[in-house]
Amino acid sequence: MAERLIEVKGLKVQFATEDGIVRAVDGVDFELSRGQVLGIVGESGSGKSVTAMTLLGLTRDRNTRFEGEVLYKGRNVLGMNEGELQEVRGNEMSMIFQDPMTSLNPVYSVGAQICEAIQIHERADKSTARRRAVDLLKQVGIPNADSRVDNYPHEFSGGMRQRAMIAMALACNPDVLIADEPTTALDVTIQAQIIELIDRLKDEFNSAVILITHDLGVVAEIADEIIVMYAGRVVERAQTRDLFYDPQMPYTWGLLGSIPRLDRPKQERLHSIKGTPPSLIRSPTGCKFRPRCPHAFDKCMEEPPLENRVETPGHLDRCWLSVAEKRQLRERTLSGEEAA
Amino acid sequence: MATESTTDFTLDTAAALAAAEDEGAIEGKSPWYLAWRRLRRNYVALAFLFVFVAIVVLCLCAPLYAHHVAHTGPNTGHLGETFTRDGQQVPIVSKGGFQNGQFHAGGIPVGPQLWHAGGKYVLGADNQGRDVAVRLLYGGLNSLAIGIGSAVICTFFAMVFALLAGYYGGKTDWIISRFFDLIWAFPVLLLAIALGTALSINGFHHFGINIKSGSLWIPTLVISYVLIPYIGRPLRGQILSLREKEFIEAANSQGASSLRVMFSELLPNIASSILVFFTLIIANNILTEAGLSFLGAGVQPPSPSWGTMIADGQDRIATAPWLAIIPGIMIVLTVLSLNVFGDGLRDALDPRAKVRMEH
Amino acid sequence: MISFVIRRLIGALLVLIAVSFITYLIFVKIPGGDPAFRIAGRTATAQNIEDIRQKLKLDAPFYEQYWAMMKSLFSGSLVSYSSQLNVVDQIKAGIPATFSLCIGAAIIWLFFGILVGIISAVTAGRWSDRVITVMALIGISLPVFWLGLMARYLFAQGHPFAFMPDGGYVPFTSNPWGWFTHLLMPWWVLAILFIGFYGRVLRSNILDTINEDYVRTAKAKGLPYKRVMVKHVLRNSLIPIVTLFGLDFAAVIGGSAILTETVFDLKGVGWYAAQAVQDLDLPPIMGVTIYATFFIVLFSVVVDLMYAWLDPRIRPT
Repeated sequence: MAERLIEVKGLKVQFATEDGIVRAVDGVDFELSRGQVLGIVGESGSGKSVTAMTLLGLTRDRNTRFEGEVLYKGRNVLGMNEGELQEVRGNEMSMIFQDPMTSLNPVYSVGAQICEAIQIHERADKSTARRRAVDLLKQVGIPNADSRVDNYPHEFSGGMRQRAMIAMALACNPDVLIADEPTTALDVTIQAQIIELIDRLKDEFNSAVILITHDLGVVAEIADEIIVMYAGRVVERAQTRDLFYDPQMPYTWGLLGSIPRLDRPKQERLHSIKGTPPSLIRSPTGCKFRPRCPHAFDKCMEEPPLENRVETPGHLDRCWLSVAEKRQLRERTLSGEEAA
Repeated sequence: MATESTTDFTLDTAAALAAAEDEGAIEGKSPWYLAWRRLRRNYVALAFLFVFVAIVVLCLCAPLYAHHVAHTGPNTGHLGETFTRDGQQVPIVSKGGFQNGQFHAGGIPVGPQLWHAGGKYVLGADNQGRDVAVRLLYGGLNSLAIGIGSAVICTFFAMVFALLAGYYGGKTDWIISRFFDLIWAFPVLLLAIALGTALSINGFHHFGINIKSGSLWIPTLVISYVLIPYIGRPLRGQILSLREKEFIEAANSQGASSLRVMFSELLPNIASSILVFFTLIIANNILTEAGLSFLGAGVQPPSPSWGTMIADGQDRIATAPWLAIIPGIMIVLTVLSLNVFGDGLRDALDPRAKVRMEH
Repeated sequence: MISFVIRRLIGALLVLIAVSFITYLIFVKIPGGDPAFRIAGRTATAQNIEDIRQKLKLDAPFYEQYWAMMKSLFSGSLVSYSSQLNVVDQIKAGIPATFSLCIGAAIIWLFFGILVGIISAVTAGRWSDRVITVMALIGISLPVFWLGLMARYLFAQGHPFAFMPDGGYVPFTSNPWGWFTHLLMPWWVLAILFIGFYGRVLRSNILDTINEDYVRTAKAKGLPYKRVMVKHVLRNSLIPIVTLFGLDFAAVIGGSAILTETVFDLKGVGWYAAQAVQDLDLPPIMGVTIYATFFIVLFSVVVDLMYAWLDPRIRPT
């Protein structure tokens, strides 16, 4: 079995705001091993980005409270001091962000920003770092990397900037690469290239990847396992294949239904999930998805635990409906009969 | 970040409305309500607003005070006269010479009497025997009138120019921007001094407008003119970025008239910035007026203003320090109260503080 | 790059021409009454007024008037009719005092403004930030001439201390120590408003920048806190300060220090203009206005170049 890199146990993250306490992450568990790709899927405000940033200690603040454990190779990240965290960040775990336009500092050249991490973590001198930066840019597919290394971010296109971000994240050969919506701000044609690049580099660098997205279509290709998050908690967790062929949560059906598909001619319009995500300050009682769920019944006033209900082991969900009922309702939902 | 209420999905408005009734929904609050809620909690800002209002009210009572308490006007000199304090006759401005065998310098006015002289010379007299308290209130009236008046005029024109430049763009924008640039190329105070001095000799007589020299309109208009770009420029920038927004395109494509787009679409969106600028520019204008008057290019004697009173007092600071100290404290209090309140207002209206005065 | 500089310089020249024309309008056209009478000053004789009318061609069409005025200004033959002194010579005589005051004050306000801004932003919300915010607000609410007056009253005239010299300017070349002590109070008085202002601007710039995505990227790279703050937050927050500083410095050099110079009796350019205001003597004000705009226009070119150097996004390629 591959080396276990990350273990998240009962993670809770709460922010104190002027409106009250925001329970951004409310009980999340998962594990990640070397070579594995984990997809975390959910709407904005489901807590997926907060989870990711917490892995690197980026959500630390006076107004933030944490519960649970985030273990990186057995060490608890939440308990690390700033110095220990800096050693981990960029070196052992690194991160790519959503918007490559704003995630690079406009006043430094792309090369300088890549070199920064190398110089800090590997105590490399300037010329070594620069050579590494050029190599990295070549690896992520930037043409004329030798001269482009001195360009400023505004001289790069969106896709190239995201490639540069990836090069920067991989600069110190990290064990874990966290990609937070890496394709959302990019053109559709570029999106597939970036995902492919991440998939290829994961093998070259022998890393594990956490891919965060709101778009199930993006993770379908490369994820081994997928976690679906809603209102700060995990509502379904399964191997990618199982999640696509036998999704258990009505919320997951909604996510699947909102992907356009050519193989379903009966479906005339895209399925949408009614309503808005719940307030994280005063969240609904019982199942958090209940107010928006078309199949909710009285038992849903009590929150279902995350457990294995189907035949496949390791496929967990939070829904009170029986497996048979669900499969029947799901067929109707996804074929578009109830999409209104 | 985590409280965002947007979804990534196509959303039925009706469904959203239906869901809004549910317990878990996020309630919508108007930005003005949220701003008011934040401002209400900012006690410091509210306290200073109270200070400012109190100063305004006090100055508005100047005629009452002059008539019923001090029994003298702001420009009435009382050289060589005396008043009664604790049953004794005291000269308002001391005569020089030998008294009881000791030499006294002449021409020194009496200091603050507080309530010992029955309401006369509460804050002392100046070298012409005028009551400083009365002049302070009347001077405050002038300073506030110029400060607020020029702020109104300046903000109004800045807003109109910014709307025109931002909405029409192209040539209109070019001309208005160059107009701003040209005013910007002068140092504010020097331009105001040049205009103030040139106009204070014969006044202004063009386009059917006649302003006599010595009128308060001269400093008011001079200050509003020189400060137009300070508000106009940032507002124009805001409108330019608003123009790119979808709701303006929507209004345009629905065939809304340009006036309608400007006043019912663009204006409400810059209203909060205008409000903040307006508060801060009053403070700035009061300081500018004081500087101009101090140099003799603002309010013309014998009319009082806080700036002219300090100028009158500066040569007598060793013998009659209250003449310069008291009006200075009034300026600081007024300007500080406006700055603190304006600051609080900005924080309340825009917690990310994008509204900033270009200096 | 060179074409950028040239374009900027041509633009600056055009602004100077426009500005000089506005100056002409301000002194000749806008006010009511006879311009010759106004320019002649309070002690004018009929002969003076007639001379001025001849010299500035006040009976000719406006463009000839404008041309005549510019010629007298730039050939250095503009004289004050009240004092019979040459305006250009007087401005030149004032430059050492003005430069001494402005450069010293600028060093103080830049250093302390940045220091105060950084402390306040880094400790945002804590007591040091609150104290600084209050002090800065008081600083920007003080009329500079009143502050100067109070400083003289308290520290130079013996109420209660008298350890500072009371006003006046001592040339550096004749007595460097005297130069320093005489300027110490004016420097601080002029700098205080700017310290408050720069501190506040920098504080909010830093707090805005801290929330930028690229700062999060820098943290995620594992850079130490200090490096993130200096190389990513401060570096980017200081760019607007450079613009601000260039324009403010030009403005004080160009006569915005007029109030400080007047209060401390520093016989600089601003002091000269203030004297002219007292006498309603227009030619010196005219001269100082043109001199001031020259500096502002010049410095705005410098600021543009600095900005391009600091921010690669607007650097011409």
